[in-house]
Amino acid sequence: MSDLVSQKVNMIFSSLKGETVHALKDITFTLKKGELLTVLGPSGCGKTTLLNIAAGFLRPSSGSINLGGKEINGPGVERGMVFQQGALFEWLTVNENVNFGLRMKKEDPIKTAKKVEEWLDIVGLKGFGNTPTYQLSGGMQQRVALARCLINDPDLILMDEPLGALDALTREKMQSLVLKIWKETGKTIILITHSVEEALLLGERVYVMAPRPGRIHKEYKLPFASRGLKEDLREIKNDKEFVSKREEILTMIWDMEEEIMGKEI
Amino acid sequence: MITGFITFFTIFAVVGAILYGRKLIKTEKTDAVFGNPERAKGGVHWVVVGSSFLLLAWLYYSWDIAKSFYPKSANELCQVAKVNESLLSLKYLFPIVERQHKSTAIIKRENVNIEDKIIIIKNDDNLKDQDKEIFINILRNTKIMIPSLTDERYLEDSTKNIINELTIRLNKLTANFPKNSYPNLSEEEENEINEGLKKQLGWGATGMEVPPLPESKRGLKFHAAAVELNSISDEFFEMRNHNPEYLRHSEAIFGEIKEYMDGLDDGLELDYIKDIKKLVRRLEYASIFPPKTLDELENSIRAFDKVQNKEQGHLRTIDILLFPAGTIVASGPQCSEAGPGRWLPKPSDTFRIFGEMLKPSVGYKMIPMLWYEMMGVNKIVGFILPDWIADIMPGKYPVHNQDGTVDPNFKSKVLDVVTGEFEAFKIPVPTGHIWDSFLRVFLGLSLGIILGVPLGLFMGLNRFAKGFFDPMVELYRPVPPLAWAPLVITVFGIDNVGKVFLLFMVSFSIMIISARAGASGTQLSKIHAAHSLGASRWQIIREVIFPNSLPEILTGIRVAVGMCWGTLVAAEFLAGTTGIGFVENVARKYMQYEVIWITIFVMGMLGLLFDLTIRKIIDKTIPWRGKG
Repeated sequence: MSDLVSQKVNMIFSSLKGETVHALKDITFTLKKGELLTVLGPSGCGKTTLLNIAAGFLRPSSGSINLGGKEINGPGVERGMVFQQGALFEWLTVNENVNFGLRMKKEDPIKTAKKVEEWLDIVGLKGFGNTPTYQLSGGMQQRVALARCLINDPDLILMDEPLGALDALTREKMQSLVLKIWKETGKTIILITHSVEEALLLGERVYVMAPRPGRIHKEYKLPFASRGLKEDLREIKNDKEFVSKREEILTMIWDMEEEIMGKEI
Repeated sequence: MITGFITFFTIFAVVGAILYGRKLIKTEKTDAVFGNPERAKGGVHWVVVGSSFLLLAWLYYSWDIAKSFYPKSANELCQVAKVNESLLSLKYLFPIVERQHKSTAIIKRENVNIEDKIIIIKNDDNLKDQDKEIFINILRNTKIMIPSLTDERYLEDSTKNIINELTIRLNKLTANFPKNSYPNLSEEEENEINEGLKKQLGWGATGMEVPPLPESKRGLKFHAAAVELNSISDEFFEMRNHNPEYLRHSEAIFGEIKEYMDGLDDGLELDYIKDIKKLVRRLEYASIFPPKTLDELENSIRAFDKVQNKEQGHLRTIDILLFPAGTIVASGPQCSEAGPGRWLPKPSDTFRIFGEMLKPSVGYKMIPMLWYEMMGVNKIVGFILPDWIADIMPGKYPVHNQDGTVDPNFKSKVLDVVTGEFEAFKIPVPTGHIWDSFLRVFLGLSLGIILGVPLGLFMGLNRFAKGFFDPMVELYRPVPPLAWAPLVITVFGIDNVGKVFLLFMVSFSIMIISARAGASGTQLSKIHAAHSLGASRWQIIREVIFPNSLPEILTGIRVAVGMCWGTLVAAEFLAGTTGIGFVENVARKYMQYEVIWITIFVMGMLGLLFDLTIRKIIDKTIPWRGKG
């Protein structure tokens, strides 16, 4: 029932000078509960705008996004968000960060403490509860951000390039973690990424977006995410099908980029 | 004694630290390259050198080294200064300090004056020819009068005798001065000096004063010589070379002037004749003598000067070495320090006076520097609780009975409490100049923080608030706080309220600006995160925006403390009866240089204490700063 339905979402930014930017045009899609969607595209294609609308931080110029039949107009607990830099509250410890959402709901601190411990265990941060977040590495910070988001038990998780700032090794580990959490919790996830490889690995469905105006250019349904739950990610990466899909999408994005550059020249 | 020890100790410390530093340079290889920031790290031994140099410079330039090693030197130098002072007017007669004989210089100058005046009179079209003739005639006569003073033939025997007598006295002094038996004081004179010495305080005991009565054998010599020289000098300058020839001339001239001035009304002519009269009078009182007359006297003075210089002995060396950039000067019977010793107090005196001031029974102007007093809790309660609490209680205040008594009721009992009229135990409360200054800063700063931070956060988050309050803040903020002081003090009074309000104004604007910068500098992603974690508006302000602004706010507090401290001291200068700035201002009026330096030191220490405290607080409360 709690499907994410986007109907003809348009987003037009206009400056005071009268210039307008058509950031999103007629975005229509349906995401069933438990699906993992990755969104790819060259910079400026409106990926983050789409995510912000889904999160409720922006109102679309026209059209609407519904979650479970209810129109989204404003941020809410049922849609959790994970940001590129973690956006942790550095004045709080790991425990307090993860606890934040529950504390805002004024839940019983004893119960929440138990929950926090469970989630820290899941994301692999057992024993780091009292560490100040500014002492954590980038990967650990993203684990905290994930736990902080998941502890609220949201219906939809929105991830805005969550692994973009991590080094290759940490990134791979985190990709496995995302898949693991997806499988264990069965959450609906939208993940935005720059990396074609990541999009293919994690995305049950992949949208490739095109800029000016931002629109869904191509849609894929891929088996790699479900395979990634069982197989080693590195093996999948060397899979022939994977490689050919990757090259196809890369070429597509290259063409788009070239088109933009050409226009500008 | 202690000063001497400290002097030697610091010198050893400097030498030791320098040697240690040299040794270190030879052994350290890790930071061999110039420009490596490691080269600026460490170096406690250079701190020793730096502070020792500071201390030595203070000891040296305040003449405290002289005082501790040669306690009597100032007193002896004072006696020497007396001799020099007495000699000076005599020396000025001859080409000893000056280039020319005084007589020569005067004659030259007045001749020029007379010629100039004649030319001016001739060219003045406003004068009648008849008057011009009279003026020029008088001036010509005056010029003719000069040789009557300079011609040996006219010099009277009595004048010659006086000069001879003075020369003999001087020669006698020169001869006796080096002798051990000099001065041959009568018992009476000796007693007089001894009586004076009993009452005499030490060097620097009362501020900058140098004890004037001679305390040593050598001092007594110079003292006696100064007395004799004064008498010689006085006698010389009483003497006038008014011989009959001169008198004949001058009487004629003054007669002419008087005749002309008789019945003369105010006007140009009167100005001229008064000017001419002044010129003639100058010649009358100038010590003009024939060219060779004073030769003997000059030789005697030179001889004595040589002898007294020799008699000063190692005192001259002490004067040059240990009294840098100045010396002791005499003026009449008094002596004083002229140089840095005057305005740079000696460490020993400073610490003594500081210790004295710290005693609660002494303090400054009857108020201790920092102490406590016992205060009843009732007074504190009465001060804090406003009186209107009693007014809003139900019922009416009691009315007196027929027998003249008053029955208290609930309302009157409440009034007693809020006005502090009840019995209570006493608690110690800090008091004193330092405490008053501290309390003012604390109150002004706290008010500024309590009101400024919320308003600043609000302005950082809300377009209306920013636009509405910005003009008010930006209009008063750029004005130097002290420029507000006269106004604020007039409105709120010279006591605490005015100063606290002034400091509130200072800290309020700083806190607004820093809290605003903190609020508007919050990362959008953090606010987004808080929103999607279900935080309400109030929760976002309290849990995200406020802690996120803390670094800016605390930095703002640090700036505000500095500004408040500076403003307060200046405000206390302007008006008030307590506070560290008040102490300095009073000390300035009475030229108590030690107290001035003590207040400067106390202010520096308190300012440093404030800053260190806030730095500690910053390190404790926002360890994440710059790491987010």
